[in-house]
Amino acid sequence: MSGEPVWEVFRQERKGQPFEHAGSIVAPDAEFAEAWAREQYGRRGESAALWLVPRSMVHVVDTWADEFDLKYRRVDGYSIKARLKEARERTAARAG
Amino acid sequence: MAAAEKPVDEQAFLEVVQAGGQVEATDRLPEEYRLKLIKFIEMHGNSELMGVLPEREWILRAPTLRRKLALTAKVQDEVGHAQLIYRVVEDLGKPREQCLADLVSGKSKFHNVFHYPTKTWGDVGVIAWLVDAAAIISQKALLKCSYAPYARIMKKICWEESFHILHGRDVILTMVTGTPAQFELVQESLDRWWGPLMQFHGNPIPSDEDPMFLWRIKSQGNEEARQQFLEGYVPQIWELGLTVPDPKLRRRDDGVWEYTEPDWDELRSVVTGHGPKTAERLAFRARFIEQERWVRDAMLTA
Amino acid sequence: MNELLLGLADDELIIGWRDSEWTGIAPMLEEDVAFSSIAQNEIGHARAVYELLTDDADALALDREPAEYRCAPLVELRLLDWAHAIARRWLYEQADEIRISALREDGDARIAGLAAKINREEAYHRMHAEMWHERLRDELRFRDAVAELWPYALGVLPPAQRGELASRTGLAEVGAVERGTHTDDLAQLWDEMTMVRRSQPAGTQW
Repeated sequence: MSGEPVWEVFRQERKGQPFEHAGSIVAPDAEFAEAWAREQYGRRGESAALWLVPRSMVHVVDTWADEFDLKYRRVDGYSIKARLKEARERTAARAG
Repeated sequence: MAAAEKPVDEQAFLEVVQAGGQVEATDRLPEEYRLKLIKFIEMHGNSELMGVLPEREWILRAPTLRRKLALTAKVQDEVGHAQLIYRVVEDLGKPREQCLADLVSGKSKFHNVFHYPTKTWGDVGVIAWLVDAAAIISQKALLKCSYAPYARIMKKICWEESFHILHGRDVILTMVTGTPAQFELVQESLDRWWGPLMQFHGNPIPSDEDPMFLWRIKSQGNEEARQQFLEGYVPQIWELGLTVPDPKLRRRDDGVWEYTEPDWDELRSVVTGHGPKTAERLAFRARFIEQERWVRDAMLTA
Repeated sequence: MNELLLGLADDELIIGWRDSEWTGIAPMLEEDVAFSSIAQNEIGHARAVYELLTDDADALALDREPAEYRCAPLVELRLLDWAHAIARRWLYEQADEIRISALREDGDARIAGLAAKINREEAYHRMHAEMWHERLRDELRFRDAVAELWPYALGVLPPAQRGELASRTGLAEVGAVERGTHTDDLAQLWDEMTMVRRSQPAGTQW
């Protein structure tokens, strides 16, 4: 129904789980959005909870500066295999 | 979606999707990709919707309360799927009203099987078991669609469809172990539906000539889908003592199923709007769309 | 008590049948789905109440002649336009709430327990009906539909409970279309509802 707001639906599978984006619904107000989201995302009892958010309220962030090597801040920026092997060999040599 | 100053690099885009990459609604899409996507996804939505009308008659006639509940739930799922599917199309730029208008005017298409009449309770079983099975094979292949919003709803759709086939098979099993008249109902229904079922996945097109495959909208060829259907379901049909009305149908030693060439002329005629029930069903939908226009208008006022 | 329960079950069965007529043709797909849920709940309620009365709910639901059904005329009416369909939903849910509230106090624990379960599901039906009533109440055709169906709605309840229905809806009590006679619409509904079942001998498995 054009002209009506889009509501993003986030659903939680079980208590303790994160809320995940499940889709969107077009509805004239929060009441209809709730009624229809209950049907689409909960009629099988498959959701513990839903968050309904007007799309206009969602602030999208999807561009990043990735100019310089910042790998030192991440696990995949480290390769310790070679040095660990050498350290173990030296320890064994001293013991032997 | 920001306005583009230069067109999207189609070659680069093709490389991304052919390597298994996916794109989102907010990504810049080549216009040809976007249009083909809309057409493909819209046809899926139309099919879910048009599948409702033949089954609706039998909800009203269901011979037990349990069957009535199951059939109502199954058809409800299909309407829910149409809702999800049209929402994806809307985010690609084509509003739902336009999709529905194009459907009832005959401008857009829907799958062949929903152009045929349902005549008996036997059809209820055959449709829920075999037509849904054929559809699910295609739908599982769409889980890998390059367009991520569609791939995501396919996950929900496939999950919900899992009970449809079981329900269908239960209906069939009950009848083939029931009265001789019930067994005959199933056989007669299967005899009528076999032709459309064999046409359902479409005539074989080589993958490198199929734009749907090149754009990775589909990841499975038509013939591959049909072979999967035969491999999965013909043995199940035969083990019930039912016959398939195709004397040439057999499984070769190399695992490939041979069969009588489906009537591609019939398929083309039906999907272009000349099926036995096409006009009647579209007119029925159109009548209610018109009749209830005031309701949708009432939704728009504050 | 059995008459009362049979009337309740038959009301739910038949209004469930009517609500499922909207499959595929509701004004928006979302309402197609919503009416389907409501219809399934109603059939489920009918089944549960039949099971208080018999071992074979399907036989009780589907093997009687039209004259043997105890449903109220309101639920039988063929109302394939949205204003009337929503008017009926709204009126029926209000009447049903009054009826179910009384049954929740029943001395028989099975009846009281079932009524409580039904009530919990019906809370969503009431929400849905209220939502639509709110949206449509300025539409003349909706107000006309409510006025037209009002005498039928009163007939859902025994006379002692009608005053309460009148105060809930804000409508003045008028002469009710009583239970006991059936509309012409029921015969056609029954014919379609039972045609598959009647096509095979009684006791056939489906």
